[in-house]
Amino acid sequence: MIIDRPTTLLAELTHRCPLHCPYCSNPLALVGAEGELTTEEWKRVFTEARALGVLQLGLSGGEPLARKDLEVLAAHAHGLGLYTTLVTSAVGLTRERAEALRDTGLEHIQISIQDSDPDAADRVAGARVAHLKQAMAAIVRELDFAFSINVVLHRANIDRIGHIIELAAALGADRLELANTQYYGWALENRQALLPTAAQIETAQAVADAAIRRHRGRMQIIYVLPDYYESYPKPCYGGWGSVYLVVTPDGQTLPCHGATHITTLHFENVRERSLDWIWNQAPAFQAYRGDEWMSEPCRSCPRKAIDFGGCRCQAFALTGNAANTDPVCTLSPLRPLIDRSIQDAAVPADFRYRYVTLQPART
Amino acid sequence: MPLTAGSIPTLWRLARVTFDPVRQQKVLVYPEGAMLLNDTGAAILELCNGHRTIHDIAAILGERYHCDVLSDITDYLSQLADREVIRDH
Repeated sequence: MIIDRPTTLLAELTHRCPLHCPYCSNPLALVGAEGELTTEEWKRVFTEARALGVLQLGLSGGEPLARKDLEVLAAHAHGLGLYTTLVTSAVGLTRERAEALRDTGLEHIQISIQDSDPDAADRVAGARVAHLKQAMAAIVRELDFAFSINVVLHRANIDRIGHIIELAAALGADRLELANTQYYGWALENRQALLPTAAQIETAQAVADAAIRRHRGRMQIIYVLPDYYESYPKPCYGGWGSVYLVVTPDGQTLPCHGATHITTLHFENVRERSLDWIWNQAPAFQAYRGDEWMSEPCRSCPRKAIDFGGCRCQAFALTGNAANTDPVCTLSPLRPLIDRSIQDAAVPADFRYRYVTLQPART
Repeated sequence: MPLTAGSIPTLWRLARVTFDPVRQQKVLVYPEGAMLLNDTGAAILELCNGHRTIHDIAAILGERYHCDVLSDITDYLSQLADREVIRDH
């Protein structure tokens, strides 16, 4: 089959992070600072990514500001012509650092906000950072970066979606991503405390729809429904190994940031292989490309060209087999797994916070 | 809202057109997105300078391609406006 060129690289520069969000998308076992790729290694990864066709770079984490060489890496990315987004909590940002980043040519900063209510936001973050984040957002705006705000929605904040949208508008965001929690890793551990009820989803959707129309032309609002409440699964970056790749802090290369949870695949490392080889040859990237790997009900389903059988990471996390149909799909015989967790969402539960013990470096 | 001949299309401040030497093609890049442009698409976007109306752009390209391109250009820019990468100035 013909393998397309990737358009987007997510570089998880570090797992270090000052926040403890109960929906953290990073793996349960994290990489310590000593295991992280060096400055020169990351620069080589960006150069190889550009040569492979990557146009968009996300500098992410953990908290990428924890890397002292962030400015060097941003400058290198800009020199390669990549459209670069800093994906940050803003904790660790200062006016000096923001100015230095602007001088590197960095174009776009995305700041996470946990909630419109500062106390509630701090409870989710597990740190007193809400006011600091808002102050840093003002600096990002003042320095004329392209500016996005990202909010992970869950049961404890989704009722304030209207206030959250108005806060983002007041902070001058060009773009607001309202993304319902995706249930992998830490978020899956906390699913019963995070998954909104059907009634919450219905109310939030109406508020979001009205706000999308009201802010059109000034602030772009992207509202992502939790896939548990959809009838069909999400198409996951145009399918496995189609346009997107992720490099983890220690150099593992994945088709999706959730893929670390798939223990049946072996992911190659940029310390041992070129990005070109990994994209075009690595068995993990080949595993679910195209539709040869599909079984029923996907194999004979006309929707396989639309959603590619859904999310492999979710199929693995919930059914134990990454080649199964994503159980979110109402055509899947395993959809009752999802319906049961929606019923459980009606029962209140507490957060389990992410207080992290870093793993020794993996090689 | 579909655009009209009198609309003044402007590229979103978060988007830019760039040449990709790997694909040997112009691309429109913006947060979380990249759109490969054919020659016509690139020519249209490069004329969106925040002053010209769609009518002005169609006049320039109509002369270049020797045909009436007004409705094609209006449709093309309206599709991009739907995705919010083109704004009506």
